[in-house]
Amino acid sequence: MMAQATAKAAGTAPAFYVTEEEHAHPGGSTMLGFWLYLMSDCLVFAVLFATYGVLGRNYAAGPSGADLFDLKLVAVNTAMLLFSSITYGFAMLAMDKGRQAAMQGWLVVTALFGLAFLGIELYEFAHLIHEGATPMRSAFLSSFFTLVGTHGLHVTFGLIWLTVLMVQVSQHGLIEANRRRLMCLSMFWHFLDVVWIGVFTFVYLMGVLK
Amino acid sequence: MTSYPDWWKFLFGRLTLESFPYHEPILVVTFAVVLLGGLALVALITKYKLWGYLWHEWFTSVDHKKIGIMYMILGVIMLLRGFADALMMRGQQAIAFAGNEGYLPPHHYDQIFTAHGVIMIFFVAMPFVTGLMNYVVPLQIGARDVAFPFLNNFSFWMTVGGAVLIMASLFIGEFAKVGWLAYPPLSGAAYSPGVGMDYYLWGLQIAGIGTTLSGVNLIATIVKMRAPGMDMMKMPVFTWTSLCTNVLIVATFPILAATLALLTLDRYVGTNFFTNDLGGNPMMYVNLIWIWGHPEVYILILPIFGVYSEVASTFCGKRLFGYASMVYATVVITILSYLVWLHHFFTMGSGASVNSFFGITTMIISIPTGAKIFNWLFTMYRGRIRFELPMMWLLAFMITFVIGGMTGVMLAVPPADFVLHNSLFLIAHFHNVIIGGVVFGVFAGIAYWFPKAFGFKLDRFWGVLSFWFWVIGFYVAFMPLYILGLMGVTRRLSRFEDPSLQIWFVIAAMGAVLIALGIACFLIQIGVSILRREQLRDTTGDPWDGRTLEWSTSSPPPAYNFAFTPIVHDLDAWADMKKRGYTRPLAGFRPIHMPRNTGAGVIIAGLATLCGFALIWYIWWLAALSFVSVLAAVIIHTFNYDRDFHIAADEVVQAEDARTQLLARA
Amino acid sequence: MSQNQAEAQGGHHDAHHDGHDAHGAAHGSMRGYVTGFLLSVVLTAIPFWLVMNDVLSNSTLTAIVIMLFAAVQIVVHMVYFLHMNGRSEGGWTMLALIFTILIVAIALAGSLWVMYHLNTNMMPDMHRM
Repeated sequence: MMAQATAKAAGTAPAFYVTEEEHAHPGGSTMLGFWLYLMSDCLVFAVLFATYGVLGRNYAAGPSGADLFDLKLVAVNTAMLLFSSITYGFAMLAMDKGRQAAMQGWLVVTALFGLAFLGIELYEFAHLIHEGATPMRSAFLSSFFTLVGTHGLHVTFGLIWLTVLMVQVSQHGLIEANRRRLMCLSMFWHFLDVVWIGVFTFVYLMGVLK
Repeated sequence: MTSYPDWWKFLFGRLTLESFPYHEPILVVTFAVVLLGGLALVALITKYKLWGYLWHEWFTSVDHKKIGIMYMILGVIMLLRGFADALMMRGQQAIAFAGNEGYLPPHHYDQIFTAHGVIMIFFVAMPFVTGLMNYVVPLQIGARDVAFPFLNNFSFWMTVGGAVLIMASLFIGEFAKVGWLAYPPLSGAAYSPGVGMDYYLWGLQIAGIGTTLSGVNLIATIVKMRAPGMDMMKMPVFTWTSLCTNVLIVATFPILAATLALLTLDRYVGTNFFTNDLGGNPMMYVNLIWIWGHPEVYILILPIFGVYSEVASTFCGKRLFGYASMVYATVVITILSYLVWLHHFFTMGSGASVNSFFGITTMIISIPTGAKIFNWLFTMYRGRIRFELPMMWLLAFMITFVIGGMTGVMLAVPPADFVLHNSLFLIAHFHNVIIGGVVFGVFAGIAYWFPKAFGFKLDRFWGVLSFWFWVIGFYVAFMPLYILGLMGVTRRLSRFEDPSLQIWFVIAAMGAVLIALGIACFLIQIGVSILRREQLRDTTGDPWDGRTLEWSTSSPPPAYNFAFTPIVHDLDAWADMKKRGYTRPLAGFRPIHMPRNTGAGVIIAGLATLCGFALIWYIWWLAALSFVSVLAAVIIHTFNYDRDFHIAADEVVQAEDARTQLLARA
Repeated sequence: MSQNQAEAQGGHHDAHHDGHDAHGAAHGSMRGYVTGFLLSVVLTAIPFWLVMNDVLSNSTLTAIVIMLFAAVQIVVHMVYFLHMNGRSEGGWTMLALIFTILIVAIALAGSLWVMYHLNTNMMPDMHRM
């Protein structure tokens, strides 16, 4: 850009190519690319929320949210996810300081909270199905199970990814590629927490309201 | 039906010997032809020992140029399949009158019109536009590859995987009989219990993943990898429209994926999203699928608008008229395309307020589109027009597309739509814009960039012949459908009572034959051009006196595209460089950092396709196994940190010296 | 408008993003995470309390209030956990986010509006029930 300015001033032919080869940047677009993927995932959830919004009161003479939801359980579950968010944050802070062991430790804690979240969710699902409130029972239950289940599936993949990354960090240390991957997973993890805000508000809390 | 033992059902799911349509003569003959052709191809490749070359240089390539070319080849192959379906429909409708049953039984006819729509949109038009964007965008912005080269290869093979599933349905089982958007409840488990719908769902789901990822990839490429100096308002128009298209892809294909997933759950698990029972609502599917479906048509046409813009400025020898207005029009269309989806189902029963809102937004979207037509017209005004093939396609497009646009505005008026909905008028309208817009533009793009990709121009004689067959054939085939539609004939009918309608269908069938000749001429054109490649050779790298950066490098470009990254000072960077006395650098070359080829994309996509096949046929063990394999393959791939290499400086010197000699010869 | 912003940022080759990792401070600070966490706890606890104890005794009002809390909490997460700002990646992440929110809003509101209309017009009996 400098070349452009001087060329215009002097009226000579400007530079038309970069003579010094710039340093190569593998992965320079990764963060943006991953963010774009997350935005596309938002649209998946938008469809599921819209479906729940439209079909969520079609109980087909079956149970409603008010009959089924146990808000105390949901509150505990929400807490699990929120804790896992901040512990992942601590892991990232440890990564910034280059403290690999501390980071791995925080990742383990994050994974445990994530597992607890999944466990509670599976318990809830099993309980509902046991009571006859299956995904096949009504459009309300179909959309409920699909929305909450898709979120749970994301958490599951996040946990698999987390495990893989911990192995890779232990193999190669906090090299540039691994830091980038950890930052991507960080975005993914916090993004799931954001979706959960929508789930507990729109599905559980409003489902209990008459 | 013979009953099969349990071990068979475990091993093969619902796949039985009856699944193979050996009792359908048309399919058996087709199968024989495909089999013989396929065997001949395999034999030839083996004889000339090309497998290694194909695998190392093409299938595993992460080079955006090669992937782009492979997309185009996929598009051509699928065009032949989709067009064969079209010919069969035209033939059936031309003869099935007054008691004549025609030659296609309804269950076969229904599969054909479904397959025709699905293939033409997802596996012809999409690969064509993706292929053009893949090939051209990095070159236009002065980059050496896309942002995520491996992902690009993977996306391509996922698209192929989807196409393979759709093609497999021809000979193993059947395809869906539900129309290209598969509305429930017809497409639900109760009314379409067979495998056809499942082929549809998994084929589109697998291809859709590829499309979404390729969208992410190209956005990141355009945003992050432009040459220095190329700010947003100095980007070539094709790059701009590609950016908007990929934004649309990333923001709509997930909607398609989620909607199809809900239908899949209805069919596989027994949920009640779109059923008639227990609170389900089939209309919700129609609503969701069109939230994707309308932006999809702009995904197809926007990059093609970019092609026309490049063609107009190059062959008129001047800057595009109203560059900024073209960019703004594109951005406005991008956003407005999300606000019009309901015009596809005005008749479904919304109130007047909803219908008028969507009718008005639909009419508004024709304004930026119309502005573009004027931009091309004014670019031609007082330009030195060279009537090369791409320019001829542009002219045919401008006339044809305006007709299609006007009938579109007619359909946007809700009361008129109540009369014309689902009639052949609608069919004529969207073929008018898709053929007259997208297909003509793809041919313009192929004729325009072919010399860049292969180093020689396409033969003009056969190209002109193909052009006239296509254009005349289009009008002969589709104008009768407008008339029939106005007379009230609805779509998707396989036989008719009223003999007075027959003449129009016969004319339309003749039009289809003309288009078939156009396609044949196109294929001959490619063959003739390869034979005559020495006479048609482009030694300059700039055969059309082009204006954008792709014409500044050699034809075909070296693997690294540009030995030195260009610096951009003006819109139409290459025209600016030529004007201001740019000289090609001849020394000082350095090693160039490039991504390494990998077979992971082929393997993962292959496993995903296998998983889809197993799910279609309820072969649960194979589905589970292949799904776990996909996960494992992805994870193993992430353990590979060694993903790039350097092209040595001498290799660059060699390639550049060869070009210097070539230029001297010109 | 988006163009202007883009223009200001445009044309930067990869090389110019060098400083990005540093300026991103992309991973926030202890203070930021703790603030975000505490805010989130409060913003989660209040809606649960409102619903579980039926504090407002008007369900429409409660619904509106808890939706507002959710909206605020989403912003809190975006700022403190996802470190959204107008500067990272030259403003492109923010632009992508705004576009996505727009599309999500259109898809959600549009679907509800359209389907509500269909129900009232096509299934009047069901509504009387």
